[in-house]
Amino acid sequence: MHAIEIEDLSKDYAVGFWKKRLRPALKPLNLNVEAGETFGFLGPNGAGKTTTLKLLMGIIFPTSGSAKILGKDCLDPEVKQKIGFLPEQPYFYDYLSAPELLDYYGRLSGMSATERKERIVKLLDRVGLSDVGSKHLRKFSKGMLQRVGIAQAIIHDPQVVFLDEPMSGLDPVGRYEVRELIQALKDEGKTIFFSTHILSDAEALCDRVAVIHKGELRGVGVVNDFRSSIAEQTEVIWLSAGALAAVTNLLTDTHVTGDTVRGTVKSADLDRLLEKLRQQGARLISVTPIHRTLEDYFMSKTREETKETVSL
Amino acid sequence: MTARLSAITLNTFREAIRDRILYNLVLFVLFLLASAPLFSQISIGLEKQMLVNVGLSSISLFGVIIAIFIGIGLVSKEIEKKTLYTILSRPVRRWEFIAGKYFGLLLTLAVNAALMTVGFYGALLIFIHGLKRADAMLLVAVYFILLQFMMMVALTLLFSTFSSPIFSAIFAFALFVIGTFGEDLKNFAAISQGAMKWLAMATAYIVPNFASLNVISRVVHEQNVGGNLIIFNTLYALLYSVAITAAAVLIFERRNLK
Repeated sequence: MHAIEIEDLSKDYAVGFWKKRLRPALKPLNLNVEAGETFGFLGPNGAGKTTTLKLLMGIIFPTSGSAKILGKDCLDPEVKQKIGFLPEQPYFYDYLSAPELLDYYGRLSGMSATERKERIVKLLDRVGLSDVGSKHLRKFSKGMLQRVGIAQAIIHDPQVVFLDEPMSGLDPVGRYEVRELIQALKDEGKTIFFSTHILSDAEALCDRVAVIHKGELRGVGVVNDFRSSIAEQTEVIWLSAGALAAVTNLLTDTHVTGDTVRGTVKSADLDRLLEKLRQQGARLISVTPIHRTLEDYFMSKTREETKETVSL
Repeated sequence: MTARLSAITLNTFREAIRDRILYNLVLFVLFLLASAPLFSQISIGLEKQMLVNVGLSSISLFGVIIAIFIGIGLVSKEIEKKTLYTILSRPVRRWEFIAGKYFGLLLTLAVNAALMTVGFYGALLIFIHGLKRADAMLLVAVYFILLQFMMMVALTLLFSTFSSPIFSAIFAFALFVIGTFGEDLKNFAAISQGAMKWLAMATAYIVPNFASLNVISRVVHEQNVGGNLIIFNTLYALLYSVAITAAAVLIFERRNLK
């Protein structure tokens, strides 16, 4: 059983003065997320990430298709007992203190008073807010609010956690703290589905990623495949600009600084290049395989204009 | 269900209290005190009538103003600030949210009215130097004011589910004014002809009949309020509030919260 199963899920909005024109916010989406997986939902602003999350949370209703979480319809109250959600740039009731807010969400999630009391103390400690006392949320920094947001999402110890742009608008310290919290959830074995357009965060945290652009799924990839893939190109740096003329035909890119040459070669031509450089008496400085990065994958998918067949 | 409902109710109440809504009580007391020199210039008999009129009308008007100004934002503010997202992602049904909001604001108004009533009786003791058995009838007027609040909260909540706060305030205030003159609308229908007669009659029955809930002038003159009227008004306010709240739920159940 998949933790999340999305089948032909789509959303159109009626736009224009008479609301007669339909604008697709999400084209039929098919996606599965495995239990225990950390899944990154990537896309530029306005790609359809938040729309997908809103559909999964029952905040908006789909035009077509369905979604299951833990084997049941995503709107089933039983399912909602087992999921947690942090919206993008969340606003919480600023007249409440952090313990009061968590207590409120704990009650809404059906926790008993004893459970809530114990869990709130632990959670505040975990998100580094154990010393905030009765300070109202209106006095919290953005980073503190985001940490409270994560705490409210996991107050009831859910199996699946949905995070919408959890690092958005945070300073480097805030981003680090939130990333650590997500990593801890991952280590606990929670299924995490998070949307982001910050690729370094996705690369650091995710097992798999999906790229969505203009409301359309463009591809799904395993993050480790990018790291361990065989490099298609290699960067070679040597001393002796004079040797360049003999190897120019093998290089795809060249930069010369004084007597130092930095050239890019197809990995298949690497041996021939090294042989020729040796023959020219050039002094080799470094040979570095160039791996495909998540950024390359993301850019290639968002630049595609036509839909490709996606294997999940 | 009860736990979720009570959580939303109490949070709505807490929000109102922490928004310093009860500061209006201070205004109420100041208003009564400021009116005091006026009472002393009036003859003994009229002095009490004046105080009862001012006191009860203030309880009603302050409550209606609070109902409108908090009610119009009950749902729309939660959508605008996205606080609703974290609520609906939990096992909370949409109708539970609406019902919780309804009871939360009603609780706020009831507490507000209760404190005002205590202040009002205090003013009677101070200015009129004592209470009579007939003064208990004033509580019936307060009870009717609470029934009025039940209907106003339902109406503002209904508007809040589909309209912006400004339009909601305009609609709610307009209905309050029309409802206050509900009996006049019926009288107008009685003397009208043709389509106008039916239009006036239909409007008179659709808008909340606040006129029938206003017994202030009766209690001012120490007239009795019949048991039948109490039962009829209670049933009317209950049914009207349930119907309007149900309409709010129907709209909210289908709404995409963009």
